Amino acid sequence: MNRTLKYTFYDLIRSWWCYAYFGFYFLTAGAILYLSGDANRAVASLMNIIIILSPLVGTLFATMYYYNSREFMELLLAQPVRRRSIFLGQYLGLAGSLSLSFLLGLIIPFIVLGFFGSEFGNFLMLSITGVLLTFIFSAIAYWIAIRHENRIVGFGIAIFTWLFLAVIYDGIFLLILILFEDYPLDKLTLGLTMLNPIDLSRILLMLKLDISALMGYTGAVFQKFFGTNAGITIAFGASALWILIPVMSFLRKAARKDF
Amino acid sequence: MRILATFVAVLCFLNSKAVPSDTIRVCGNCDQKSITAAIAAAQPHDFLAIESGEYKEGNILIDKPLTLLGIDWPVVDGNLENEILTITADSVSISGLQIQNVGVSYTKDQAGISAQKVSNISIENNRLFNTFFGVYLKNCSQSRVVNNDFVGNAEKEISSGNAIQLWYSKEILVENNQVRNHRDGIYLEFVDDSEIINNVSEGNLRYGLHFMFSDHNNYHRNTFKNNGAGVAVMFSKFIEMVDNSFEDNWGTAAYGLLLKEIYDGKIEGNLFNQNTIAIYGESANRLQIQNNTFSNNGWALKILGSCMDNNFTRNNFIGNTFDITTNSPRNYNTYDGNYWSQYSGYDLDRDGFGDVPHRPMKLFSYLVSRSESSIVLMRSFFVDIINFAEKVTPMFTPKTLIDSSPLMKPLL
Repeated sequence: MNRTLKYTFYDLIRSWWCYAYFGFYFLTAGAILYLSGDANRAVASLMNIIIILSPLVGTLFATMYYYNSREFMELLLAQPVRRRSIFLGQYLGLAGSLSLSFLLGLIIPFIVLGFFGSEFGNFLMLSITGVLLTFIFSAIAYWIAIRHENRIVGFGIAIFTWLFLAVIYDGIFLLILILFEDYPLDKLTLGLTMLNPIDLSRILLMLKLDISALMGYTGAVFQKFFGTNAGITIAFGASALWILIPVMSFLRKAARKDF
Repeated sequence: MRILATFVAVLCFLNSKAVPSDTIRVCGNCDQKSITAAIAAAQPHDFLAIESGEYKEGNILIDKPLTLLGIDWPVVDGNLENEILTITADSVSISGLQIQNVGVSYTKDQAGISAQKVSNISIENNRLFNTFFGVYLKNCSQSRVVNNDFVGNAEKEISSGNAIQLWYSKEILVENNQVRNHRDGIYLEFVDDSEIINNVSEGNLRYGLHFMFSDHNNYHRNTFKNNGAGVAVMFSKFIEMVDNSFEDNWGTAAYGLLLKEIYDGKIEGNLFNQNTIAIYGESANRLQIQNNTFSNNGWALKILGSCMDNNFTRNNFIGNTFDITTNSPRNYNTYDGNYWSQYSGYDLDRDGFGDVPHRPMKLFSYLVSRSESSIVLMRSFFVDIINFAEKVTPMFTPKTLIDSSPLMKPLL
């Protein structure tokens, strides 16, 4: 597994895509931090970008990489290497290289513009969120790609999954909240937030920021829940499940698939 | 300082034509060693020069018109037991004292300086530290509370008092005071025709300034900072609120200015910066809200459906998370000629006003006012999309909540 991981990682880290991804975050984070004097606002804007873009790039990149490296994969499969190590290695290499580009793109502006010390808590939260989302969505995309031979279908489903979790899910969420406005909704909101990694990241980040005061009573419920050890454990447990379930699924699929 | 005191004493002597007044010195080595004894010995209109030192006295009753002047900040300490100065005579003047450590009581409103049923009181240039209530005027008129410094020790609302409390009084001037760490900074109940000018009220547990059932009052050029909520104006008419600044009233239940059951007021030239809710209005009617600046607030205006006939003209709304929210499908207030930093229209004829009307209320604000839990979707991508859709074709937000001549540039 280590060897496939290393090859994928080095292959990707030298690719144009990773440089572009790094460049994008470097420029955006730099511009936002530089132009808005208020670090809190800058972090809020960065949050908006990260929770939409990291999943999208993770999804697109993983699907693309899977379909493009198919021949190389078939070559590997002919060797006496376990399937598990080929696919897991490839996935980790892919998600790892994307995360590295993202982290570097974020950390350099923070250090250069002198926000690293003062905003370390927020920076940590942003980077953890970004990395988790990258891992989650590349796992989901990998799983989808492995299930579908036809790359158009694979791409379509992967993008739809992203669209669903990033946009449509919130619409349904809002509809439920409005339909059941007469009932106490604290637990339901908490549950629905946990079920979507993008919403979960958004809420966790917002609770760290000033704007959490706008969330009033609901915000207080969330703050109380995530303020406890149990709450944080459940939140990270949910994120871990979002990585584990797709990874296990694609490994199982890969083990049985007839290439 | 002593020369000055003598000088002032002489002046007083010259001024009081009808009754000749004496100066009584109070100090450790003087004839009068305590303030209580000095008051007992004094004739009406006498002048008490209290020299520096510590006076451990409480329940000092001033029952004749006297002038108390502290020289080099004498400390009057109530030992955390009683009230300190109680005024029951007209024309008493107190200045230059450091009054501290009033006892906390759950049954009596004990104060550093209290006065009852009197007029022409002047409380000027004093320091009141850790007084349960600072200055408490009941049934008083034509009095002044000027240039005092109040620092309280409030931790809980229930066991703390207000720095300046006025009750059933009229024509009181409260000017240039510094008010910190009390329950309410300045509290007025049944107070008419009074002026609150140029005070700084910060770090109070509840309100910086609080009006109840008080009509025809003005407050100008005050600063309210970091209070539980900035200013609450309730059940009052004809209040003028001009050139104040409301800042950093930030927290889940905080606002800059709370308006409840108030009529015919004027809110002009104020600055609202960094408040969770800058103005919260409930049954606020016939107010003129002009030339204010609302910047970096969570909600600039939260105007409930019970508010009518208010005019919002020529205000700046800059960088607020939500500019306006209301819980009603209808709007009975007018918005005209304001500057909105969220306005995205254009001005082809260059008259300074945008050609496209601006709808300051977002769909999401409406949804939040309907179902409070939906605030969890704040800053979600979906919310941006529906806000945009609503902006293009309004269906849910009040149709008349519209600024038809939005300014292109902020007013200074």
